Amino acid sequence: MDILITPFSSNSFMLQALIAGILVSIACAIAGTFVILRGLAFIGDALGHGVLPGIAVAILVGFPGIIGAAIGAGFMIGGITLITQRSRLSSDTAIGLLFIGMLSLGVVIVSRSNSFSGDLTRILFGEILGISVQSILIQLVATLVIIAIVIICRRPFLLLSFDPEQAEVAGFSVRLYHNIMLFMIAITVIVSFQTVGTLLVFGLLIAPAGAGALLSRKIETMMAWAIFFGVLSMYSGLLISYHFNLAAGASIILVTVLIFFIVFVIQNIRHRRLVHPQELTRG
Amino acid sequence: MDSQGKVVTSPGSVSTPCIQAKALDIGYSKEVVVLDINFELRPGEAIALIGTNGCGKSTLLKTIVGLLPSLGGQLSIFGTPPGSNHRRIAYLGQFHNSGFVLPIRVVDVVRMGRFPLYGLWKRMSRQDDEIIFTAMRAMGIQKLADSPLRSLSGGQQQRTYIAQVLAHQADLLVLDEPTSGLDAGGRELYLQAVNDELHRGASITVATHDIQEEATLCHQVMLLARKVVAIGTPQEVLTPEALLKTFGIVVTDGKRLQVLETKHGHGSSDAPEAKK
Repeated sequence: MDILITPFSSNSFMLQALIAGILVSIACAIAGTFVILRGLAFIGDALGHGVLPGIAVAILVGFPGIIGAAIGAGFMIGGITLITQRSRLSSDTAIGLLFIGMLSLGVVIVSRSNSFSGDLTRILFGEILGISVQSILIQLVATLVIIAIVIICRRPFLLLSFDPEQAEVAGFSVRLYHNIMLFMIAITVIVSFQTVGTLLVFGLLIAPAGAGALLSRKIETMMAWAIFFGVLSMYSGLLISYHFNLAAGASIILVTVLIFFIVFVIQNIRHRRLVHPQELTRG
Repeated sequence: MDSQGKVVTSPGSVSTPCIQAKALDIGYSKEVVVLDINFELRPGEAIALIGTNGCGKSTLLKTIVGLLPSLGGQLSIFGTPPGSNHRRIAYLGQFHNSGFVLPIRVVDVVRMGRFPLYGLWKRMSRQDDEIIFTAMRAMGIQKLADSPLRSLSGGQQQRTYIAQVLAHQADLLVLDEPTSGLDAGGRELYLQAVNDELHRGASITVATHDIQEEATLCHQVMLLARKVVAIGTPQEVLTPEALLKTFGIVVTDGKRLQVLETKHGHGSSDAPEAKK
């Protein structure tokens, strides 16, 4: 039991990492549920990468990275909305263009500065083991905001995931609630990048929620599974990273993706047994 | 009720029309689909929109529920502009993309039909649960209440969507090809449910291909072929001549009319695909 508990009980940095990780997992599970249901995975990925130039500029001028991330996310969402509304291009094209443009801009900014080598790794993969109490508090507030949004908007979000036309006819503005949903995803990405980094936050957004979707017949259950898998990944990833001296952020994401595939395989085996019981017994 | 089981409203009824269209032009942003539509639908009445694919049926329905703006003329729903009567209108669209991804049970889908009445916050009561169960029973899916939507067949899913519309208990039901995918039992339940809704005093606007059963249940029929070919009672409108103009070719075998659609709608001059 010691190897499971001692790393957290005798190292305050590990305990802080776990607390931050649990908060990130809850936020990502809730936002990720709607990323999966609304088919917004690409925009989730793009937001994760598109905040890079904002963070880079913020660090260059001495501002907190989180402010730069917020500006970067705002620019991405505004740009996607503008291109989609003012042209015949689908949102996929708009997202792809801004995604790659913003990522390149971030790399250009980083490459112009000699002082960025350590910071770049921190931006891309996070610094969960060096998380500050202040960052945990910001994460706590963001998670509470996300929970509040989902509670308030549960009906329009459900209708929007079911059929946007039904949502509109029922009196819930598709544009308004879609933007609130994007705002929720953006908050999640912005506050989570400090913990797991811009590259890896996408994994936490989709893997636990994806595994939850495979197991659930209700959205609430899907969200609960997603939170469970997220927290389990966080705990296991931190533990593995501690005992084997591996990068914490990447270890967490590897665990979460592994959990997804384990659930996927188990579900497939169960489904085959349910669909072809006679064939299996004959075989 | 008349001899066909249709609800008959008094000719002198002076109630506000559910739908009033005057010289209405409909279409998408730059493309006009149908010009100069004129009709009125009163409480307790039903109108069937009939025509080939792309003739403007769905466009008219979407304009009525406020999903598309009208391009000209006047359209009022319960005396107000479209899109301002969410609590009174239930809409069944043609396409649902949620079947395979969304983890949701049948009862939850039907429950969504009550959302327009309760907005963001208001809690539903036990009476709502009874209404939801009654709607499921009307479509014969009460035993599937706890089943995931994605595990159902296409026909069962369609029954669920119809039950959702019934659960709203709306004053106006706007239905886009509601019987597509339904088996004979499902169609029978649907027709019974439509009749019950009319008895309740609701009005119905339905786009359909079903000339024999569904359209003849309606008080009015509108034939569309990117223009209004004819509008009136089923007896007046469902004539071989009018159907010929709408669909291209019509076969009569004694009592039944059989429509054989042209290869392309919209009054195309292509040769009809007649079965030999």
